[in-house]
Amino acid sequence: MKTISAHNLTGPSRKSQGTLRRILKNPTLLGGIIMLAILVLLAILIPVISPYDPSAQDLRAFLQPPSAEHWLGTDQLGRDLFTRLIYAARTDLTIMVLAEIIPFCTGVFLGMLAGYYGKWIDNIISLVTDTFVAFPFYLIVIIVAFASGAGQRGIFITFMLVGWIVFARVTRGVTVSLRQQEWVASAQTLGLSGIRIMFRHILPNVLPQAVVVLMTDMVGLLVAIVTLGYLGIGIAPPTPDWGTMISDGQSFITTAWWLSAMPGLAVVYTGIALSLVGDGLADLWRRR
Amino acid sequence: MSMNPILEVEALTLSSRANPKLVHNVSFSIGKGETLGLVGESGSGKSLTLRAILGLLPQGIEQTGGQIKSSVSSAMVFQDPRGSLDPLCPVVKQLAEVISYRQGLSRRASRQAALELLEVLGLPLSLRQKDRYPSQLSGGQCQRVVIALALACKPGILLCDEPTTALDVTVQEQIIETISALQQELGFAMVFVTHNLAVASAMCSRLCVMRQGQIVEQGDTLSLLQAPQDAYTQMLINSVLPVPVLEGGEQR
Amino acid sequence: MSQGLHIQDLTVRYDGVTALDRIQLNIEEHTTLGLVGESGSGKSTLARVVAGLIVPDEGIISLGEEPLTKKRSRAQRKKIQMIFQNPDASLNPRLSIRQLLSEALLFHGIVRRSGLEQRCLELLARVQIDGSALDRYPHEFSGGQRQRIAIARALSVEPELLIADEPTSALDVSVQLSVLELFASLKQELNLTMLFISHDMGVIHAISDTVAVMRHGQLVEINSKERFFARPDTAYGYQLLSAVPKMPAGTYSRRDTP
Repeated sequence: MKTISAHNLTGPSRKSQGTLRRILKNPTLLGGIIMLAILVLLAILIPVISPYDPSAQDLRAFLQPPSAEHWLGTDQLGRDLFTRLIYAARTDLTIMVLAEIIPFCTGVFLGMLAGYYGKWIDNIISLVTDTFVAFPFYLIVIIVAFASGAGQRGIFITFMLVGWIVFARVTRGVTVSLRQQEWVASAQTLGLSGIRIMFRHILPNVLPQAVVVLMTDMVGLLVAIVTLGYLGIGIAPPTPDWGTMISDGQSFITTAWWLSAMPGLAVVYTGIALSLVGDGLADLWRRR
Repeated sequence: MSMNPILEVEALTLSSRANPKLVHNVSFSIGKGETLGLVGESGSGKSLTLRAILGLLPQGIEQTGGQIKSSVSSAMVFQDPRGSLDPLCPVVKQLAEVISYRQGLSRRASRQAALELLEVLGLPLSLRQKDRYPSQLSGGQCQRVVIALALACKPGILLCDEPTTALDVTVQEQIIETISALQQELGFAMVFVTHNLAVASAMCSRLCVMRQGQIVEQGDTLSLLQAPQDAYTQMLINSVLPVPVLEGGEQR
Repeated sequence: MSQGLHIQDLTVRYDGVTALDRIQLNIEEHTTLGLVGESGSGKSTLARVVAGLIVPDEGIISLGEEPLTKKRSRAQRKKIQMIFQNPDASLNPRLSIRQLLSEALLFHGIVRRSGLEQRCLELLARVQIDGSALDRYPHEFSGGQRQRIAIARALSVEPELLIADEPTSALDVSVQLSVLELFASLKQELNLTMLFISHDMGVIHAISDTVAVMRHGQLVEINSKERFFARPDTAYGYQLLSAVPKMPAGTYSRRDTP
């Protein structure tokens, strides 16, 4: 029942201006972006901010409580906790992003393929996704981690195997509903090729949904990386990582609780930031 | 104009944050058994006015002026018959629930009343005997059930929001006949919202032409259609595409 | 019988249900066939089959001399374009009008990049939309304007046959009238053959040369417009026409209306 008038709109750059204004008006998204930006900036600038080396031991100054010198205190080997925490963010966030890129692209592509072409392509892709969904994720991670040896490789391999599934499922669903839209039929009657319709017409419409899923999926992946580190089959020391830090600090939980609590809080902080961005983006795109 | 109106809308104004004049200064009244048509194009505020009378404004829209005075209860028939029914509940049961709630009858008595009402509305026996779900009914049959639901409330005023727009012409004709016959029999008043002037002329004794939230012209149906004063009304009438009269009149 | 659209024995079945039952239909070149029928009669299915969006189970469709193959070539697709019912869904919401109009022009190599802007503006002018629309997005336009843009896009590939599936049903009556006028003038100027689908007898009367009636997947009547609206051959055609609600006698009419 809305009438939209196009008469009093001016200027070709309306769209980009509008996007910025809408981000500023969206507190959820803005909050998430600011939180993420702080973390990323710290991770980039940590060599400048902190005089300490993340793996330099100083046995005279072990298990110190937070102070002006050591903002979050030191661990059992006298290493500065704040410095290690931020270096760990470097490791964990990098793995998180790198391990998502390829699954995201393949998942979105396969999902579009299944949703757009349907028939046997859809049957095969759906069969694979449904089968993988039946396996508990952590079971696969642990098997692969043991098979490929501890370290980042296990995470990458596991995610290549199963990470694309969630994107494929979501993209397939959206594509199936978009396929009914009349503008897809009109692109077909214009004689455009299937690949062109997929990438030029369907992709821009599924991307928003897929990116929202990407944000929540990243939180899950981050928790997985940290869990593996905690179990000792993730990132190998001395590379700083939140999971190993939590597990190392566990023995001192009564005397130096911050050793485990701080990396834990860092995971929560990142998780909240990513979720806020995801929710905010979903909100932004829903209102269009 | 009737002596003692059963519904009076006075200077009704509806606003949302973006548009303070979604409906502006709309006034009309209806007497017992009378049918008033609200006609206009999309965005004219005709459906909102109807929802305001029912007391069911969509979120974010508020009544900011005027008043609605009504001495009787009202019930509504919506445009999309399938959307107004619970798809997971058999239609007879849905109707019986409304009757038992509204009229305080026992389960058995309300089921009996429901079956009688569906018979009045001309639903075939086969659909009444077995418990059918809305998806097993045609659009026209669903709309009959929806009208039965509205009538189960024994309304003094039946509010109709484009009740025939989603239906085929032949079904539309039947539904119009059914509503008219029921009105004769039960004597309820109606507010009938439609964008189709021909349907409005068949149903309504008086018309209000709405545009951008305001009534631009109102009056007796025939005189309004024959001698419209407002330019917008004239334009609306001129936009109706004529269908020639069949040879041999309306027999056969 | 040389030019125009010819349909022979066209049959489409969906899981046992016959959606189209041996349809025989010819549309002469440069004429408009109005296709009427109630919901579920198969008229939209017929349109989509002709447009190549649904592959028929049996039957032959030919445009001019050339029978259309089951898997249509690009050149065959270009010749038949379709306008859809829902103005909210007829244009991809994420592409600008410029992108929407130029896409097929470039894809089929109809114009060079240098002539692109000029051609887009010509297309918009054809459907009476201002050139400033080029850098806007579909949601900035009203339903009627969006239908006009969809028409411009369909015309960009210079089709011979234009199929319109209830293109004005979702529009207000006053807008409907102007879009119908646009169809009529385009048909004149571009020598189009049209298959125009509507459930609204008034619309069919305004636009068609010939009327075809469908019911339960079958074509029950084909007749000239004048004859159909005066003396339909079938009882069903008569039933459809007599069910149309009429304006009361003596209704106001502007003297200059045709």
